Amino acid sequence: MNKRLSFLTISAALGFLFLYVPIISLIVFSFNESKLVTVWSHFSTKWYGELLNDAQILNAAWMSFKIGAISATAALVLGTIAALVLQRFGRFKSKTLLTGMISAPLVMPEVITGLSLLLLFVAMEAAFGWPAGRGFTTIIIAHTTFCMAFVAVVVQARLADMDNDQEEAAMDLGATPVRVFWDITLPTIAPALVSGWLLAFTLSLDDLVIASFVSGPGATTLPMLIFSKVRLGVTPEINALASLMILVVTIGVMAAAWVAHRSSVKAKELS
Amino acid sequence: MSGSTGISRFLPSGKTLVIAIPVIWLLVFFLIPFAVVFKLSLSEAAIARPPYLPIMEWDEEGILTFALNISNYFYLLEDDLYLSAYLQSMRIAFISTALCLLIAYPMSLAIARATPAKRNLLLMLVILPFWTSFLLRVYAWIGILKTNGLLNNSLMWLGLIDQPLAIMQTDIAVYIGVVYTYLPFMILPLYTSLVKQDGALLEAAADLGARPVAAFFSVTFPLSFPGMAAGCLLVFIPVVGEFVIPALLGGPDTLMIGKVLWSEFFSNRDWPVASAVATVMLVVLVVPIMLLRLAQQADEVQA
Repeated sequence: MNKRLSFLTISAALGFLFLYVPIISLIVFSFNESKLVTVWSHFSTKWYGELLNDAQILNAAWMSFKIGAISATAALVLGTIAALVLQRFGRFKSKTLLTGMISAPLVMPEVITGLSLLLLFVAMEAAFGWPAGRGFTTIIIAHTTFCMAFVAVVVQARLADMDNDQEEAAMDLGATPVRVFWDITLPTIAPALVSGWLLAFTLSLDDLVIASFVSGPGATTLPMLIFSKVRLGVTPEINALASLMILVVTIGVMAAAWVAHRSSVKAKELS
Repeated sequence: MSGSTGISRFLPSGKTLVIAIPVIWLLVFFLIPFAVVFKLSLSEAAIARPPYLPIMEWDEEGILTFALNISNYFYLLEDDLYLSAYLQSMRIAFISTALCLLIAYPMSLAIARATPAKRNLLLMLVILPFWTSFLLRVYAWIGILKTNGLLNNSLMWLGLIDQPLAIMQTDIAVYIGVVYTYLPFMILPLYTSLVKQDGALLEAAADLGARPVAAFFSVTFPLSFPGMAAGCLLVFIPVVGEFVIPALLGGPDTLMIGKVLWSEFFSNRDWPVASAVATVMLVVLVVPIMLLRLAQQADEVQA
């Protein structure tokens, strides 16, 4: 027994080491003075300074931020509706179709999604003249579509956990479905909505392949810029950028965990 | 009376409207695009904007003519490049799925058997890398694996090797990158199916005289099949079409179909051939995608 436990502990420790060594090395070498990323000379924050003066990176980051915020919000609305429909509406005609269409984007290779959406946009432009050209709008539509699948999974899991006694009680007392949704369902699934939005935002911020297909001249997102820079070689500036992004994400995830913890404590106090 | 029929008539249509929102969005932006890809794979490339010829055209006499051509598919068969890229993608996806399973199983079991407080911390540690940029995590491996990178420098400093290992731009680098990025996708479903197993079953096995290893293979392991199946498919399907990892870590010999599609589209600007490549990939992946649905349903039933 003891021997097996130690085997499990050691393999888990090695697994976590494997997951974290690359991330730690990214952060450590972002403070390296030398331009040669992997040869340590001495501590310096100069790459952070260069990063903050790089207008190209800042512009791309702002573009990605806008796209991420808009598509995450749209994906949140559409994904929540899809989750609600699948979890609460019982049986309906297009249920199998919707179930398939909402789970397939999760595993669909990005090159296929990207190519198919680009061809759709080209065909739509030829047929109706909209969307005129490709760029900001087409990236938002593409990101909304694949992010809504992830939001739906997160919200559906929360809806499945929550019992619908309160919803049914409210209905019996004469509340309209819309009222029940706003007063009971929405507050209960709020933590899932927050994590769904954050997940969608991160996925949008991170996407290279789909954005490259559906983008046009003038719309360069941060991953597109990073990819073109990285192909030319490793630069410490990218390490600095990566460290800043990791810092933001860690704070965000810890804040979300704290909020979830607080709300579960509150719920226990109330009951 | 009229009021109640008014409301009851309104209710189902309101419900239908709500259902219609996600259904129509996904039809237009997810399902129909595949039809467009298929249609384009049957047309001919041309130097034009957009760079292909229409399938349907009204000729001078006002007769609708169809110019379907399946030559793009013959082209995929004729040139060895495509077949070997498909095979190599499947091989890389298969081997990395197996490696992910080997690494993820003990990790998931260790997390599932930890105390509840520790369990949440460990789970968060699994999920956290997933939230940080995928592109940048792949980039981190370039710094580790390249000739004068972290790994080679450390091994040489330790005196284990005198010559730097050539890992970067080989298939080994691709395997490392794939296993690294897709590991959380294997751990999470596996953990979910392991943690909900009834501990009493293991106790019963122990009472009946089974040693821990025997109890593991006769109880824990078979009960985790749905989680394993879901995890394997969640890794296998997207890896077949992976582009970023072979582009950044692989070398010129690493032929993966996602990379081929990318260069057909962006470098050769041959949209019809890129569409044919995508159509074939989709056909290859339909079966695994349907299996994934089955595995997830089996998991729900077990829960």
